Amino acid sequence: MSNPSLESLKGQWTCGKCGSLLEVASVNVSYLGSGYPVDLLVCKNCKRPLVPAELALGKMLEVEKLMEDK
Amino acid sequence: MDQTRLRELEDQCIQECAPPCAAHCPVHVDVRALTSAVAGGDFQSAFKTLSKTIPFPEIIARTCDQPCQAACYRKTVGGDIQVAALELTSIQHSDHLIAKPMLLPRRDARVLIIGGGLSGLTAAFELVKKGYQVALYERENRLGGRLWNYPEDQLHGDVIQREIERIVDLGVKVHTNTEVTPLLVTTLQFDACYLGTGNSASNPFNLLTNPDHTLQVNMDTFQTSQANVFAGGSLLHTPSTIFSVSDGRRAAISIDRFLQNVSLTASRVNEGAYDTRLITNISKVEKVETIPLFKAGYSAKDAIEEAKRCLQCDCMECVKVCEYLKHYGSYPRKYVREIYNNLSIIMRTRTSNKMINSCTQCGLCAEVCPSDLNMGEVTHEVRQTMVKTNKMPPSAHDFALRDMAFSNDPRVALTLVPGEGSTCDALFFPGCQLTASNPEYIPQLYQSLASALPNLGVMLRCCGAPADWSGEENLFTQTMQEFKTQWLALGKPKLVLACTSCLRMFSTALPEMETISAWQVFEEHNLFPTGRQYTRPLAIHDPCTSRHVEAWQDAVRSGLDAMGIVHHELEMSRDLTECCGYGGVAWLAHPELVHDILNRRASEDNADYLTYCVMCRDLLAGKGKSTLHLLDLVYGKDLDQLARRKGPDYSQRHENRLRAKQKMIKLIAERDQPMTESYESYMLLLTPELRATLEDRLILIEDVQKVIEHAETTGESFKNQQTGHTLAFYKPNLITYWVEYSHEGDTWKVHNAYSHRMELEGGA
Repeated sequence: MSNPSLESLKGQWTCGKCGSLLEVASVNVSYLGSGYPVDLLVCKNCKRPLVPAELALGKMLEVEKLMEDK
Repeated sequence: MDQTRLRELEDQCIQECAPPCAAHCPVHVDVRALTSAVAGGDFQSAFKTLSKTIPFPEIIARTCDQPCQAACYRKTVGGDIQVAALELTSIQHSDHLIAKPMLLPRRDARVLIIGGGLSGLTAAFELVKKGYQVALYERENRLGGRLWNYPEDQLHGDVIQREIERIVDLGVKVHTNTEVTPLLVTTLQFDACYLGTGNSASNPFNLLTNPDHTLQVNMDTFQTSQANVFAGGSLLHTPSTIFSVSDGRRAAISIDRFLQNVSLTASRVNEGAYDTRLITNISKVEKVETIPLFKAGYSAKDAIEEAKRCLQCDCMECVKVCEYLKHYGSYPRKYVREIYNNLSIIMRTRTSNKMINSCTQCGLCAEVCPSDLNMGEVTHEVRQTMVKTNKMPPSAHDFALRDMAFSNDPRVALTLVPGEGSTCDALFFPGCQLTASNPEYIPQLYQSLASALPNLGVMLRCCGAPADWSGEENLFTQTMQEFKTQWLALGKPKLVLACTSCLRMFSTALPEMETISAWQVFEEHNLFPTGRQYTRPLAIHDPCTSRHVEAWQDAVRSGLDAMGIVHHELEMSRDLTECCGYGGVAWLAHPELVHDILNRRASEDNADYLTYCVMCRDLLAGKGKSTLHLLDLVYGKDLDQLARRKGPDYSQRHENRLRAKQKMIKLIAERDQPMTESYESYMLLLTPELRATLEDRLILIEDVQKVIEHAETTGESFKNQQTGHTLAFYKPNLITYWVEYSHEGDTWKVHNAYSHRMELEGGA
């Protein structure tokens, strides 16, 4: 699952909890029993990932539909 | 759905049954394809279609008595199609070349054909093709028999000779000038025989005869009293070239089976002429007279005009009236097969899920289907199977089911009886959507009804329709059970309903319960106000679930009369009414299709519409069609504005249900009921555009509030260094909601919100 807008988001977001700058990391996303790794901005301390709107409304939605019909 | 059920359903759809012309033609010439080719000026294809079925195309074109015409649907709207003349024109305007057929490998069995007329020649043709050794005996000096009796200008000898030669050249051993006598028979060696001797009265095998001296022949197999002797042609019936061809062909099938020692009778349905099940509706067909036919036949131009008169008979009744069935480009026979296949898929993508979930289950198809096939019942049954086998996409109906859960949540649902008692004599059940669309009408309607029905209770909740439509059988049963428990505790009151979908659900699940519509109560007790006026023409749009509920349909009409409202019927009304697209949760599965469904319904009549289902009203009005609910006429003031108003959005619908509950508590129990959740204190600020976007994304205001509350109380969020915005997520159940917002004064300004169902490591 590619995420072309990731670079443009880098350096913009900090964690509301610990204040650290989010970094790119591989995160496992899964749905209906199948999973893939995807590169996202993540708070290294708190482990919380950030899902940008373009990803949720684009590729993620597409994959959700695909997996629901499997 | 198992194979047997699939076959039953496939068989119920008559679309693929032969048109009457082809069915009544004993050799089943594809007349529809032939006329279609001629209509397009393609005489070559038309000739191909003819010669594919008939070994003597020109003889038949010039002599056929056209049994096809007897059942032609064009007959009563301008006259039956001149099929034989079109066949002849196709021959005259094409190369009329017939490729030599492929012969099967030689078989040693010998077949004797007695009589060189059309039936004998056809039998010889069919059997030579199958590789048999065929010998044909004719007592005259030439083949063709009765064909030579036609006047030359109708059937010239050259045509007879040319078409017979082509058959003989395939390898038939011809013996002319030879009468087959009983004596000759004893000297001939053969394994089977076909007797096509016309009315010559010869009986060389001494076969059994009927009292009138005709041969005893099985009319399905053409077998005589001697097992290896078969007979047909004009010795069986009045002379007809097309029936002679048919007999010769069918007897050849029997002879082949006899020689191969297999059943003569198995799988021989619809072999000769038969009555088709296909029905074509000609009620809207315009009359077009037959193109005059002169002795010389049609010119190419006239043939094309005549062929264009062919109705290209098919059924398609349901597809004509249903946007859903039309949308997928086919017809139910194909759809049920597609649905069956979709259910059987294990590993690959199930491509028909959306199709299955897009049917409104309104049942109009069954109303117009000559054999009552109901695709709504099929998709309903299949959705239940998908849910049971865990194959229903989780997102398919989730939003509607959550809406239902909201309505039946103790915070939102209400059961209340007047006075001190715990039971009531009648129970007003307005339905969750009327409550959501027009909360102000609920107390008004209650008061009107209570003036006629003493000890009237009220129940605000959802009947369970979304669960039923979604195929969620267990959830539906459970929802009904919850209702029933309360209904029993209330002393089994009569239910007063205002929504036909509620009625459908209750009468299916609790048939023992007495129900009545609010409109009937109004009618019986003269509660409709008089002297109402509406300035524009008004047509009645019956909700689809009112189909066959005549009492409701009638009460609404007499209510309009009582109020003095002039109204008229839509072409598709009462039992033939169309769904607005809300039924069957189709609006969730396929919004674009529902758009088409609404446009179709809205454009059916220029008048404004009047309906008695609030979802029909809101959806039609949402597409710009001025539509009133019956209650607008009863309680409304500015009717123009009411007819044009858009329905509330999903968030507002939730709020309205809560507001209706508060109003009913105030009215009946005379107390205030504060109902606030902690997240409601987050006052949101968002543009109308964003609010509309959230509506499309199925995100409610309360979802946004919950995300902000979660972020603000836990600190779990992200901060944007450039904009200062906060981005946070919250996952109350299966869906993760994200909101980008900023705190401005007392309010929370929302910049964006979106959601996903995929789960992420780290909680989102």
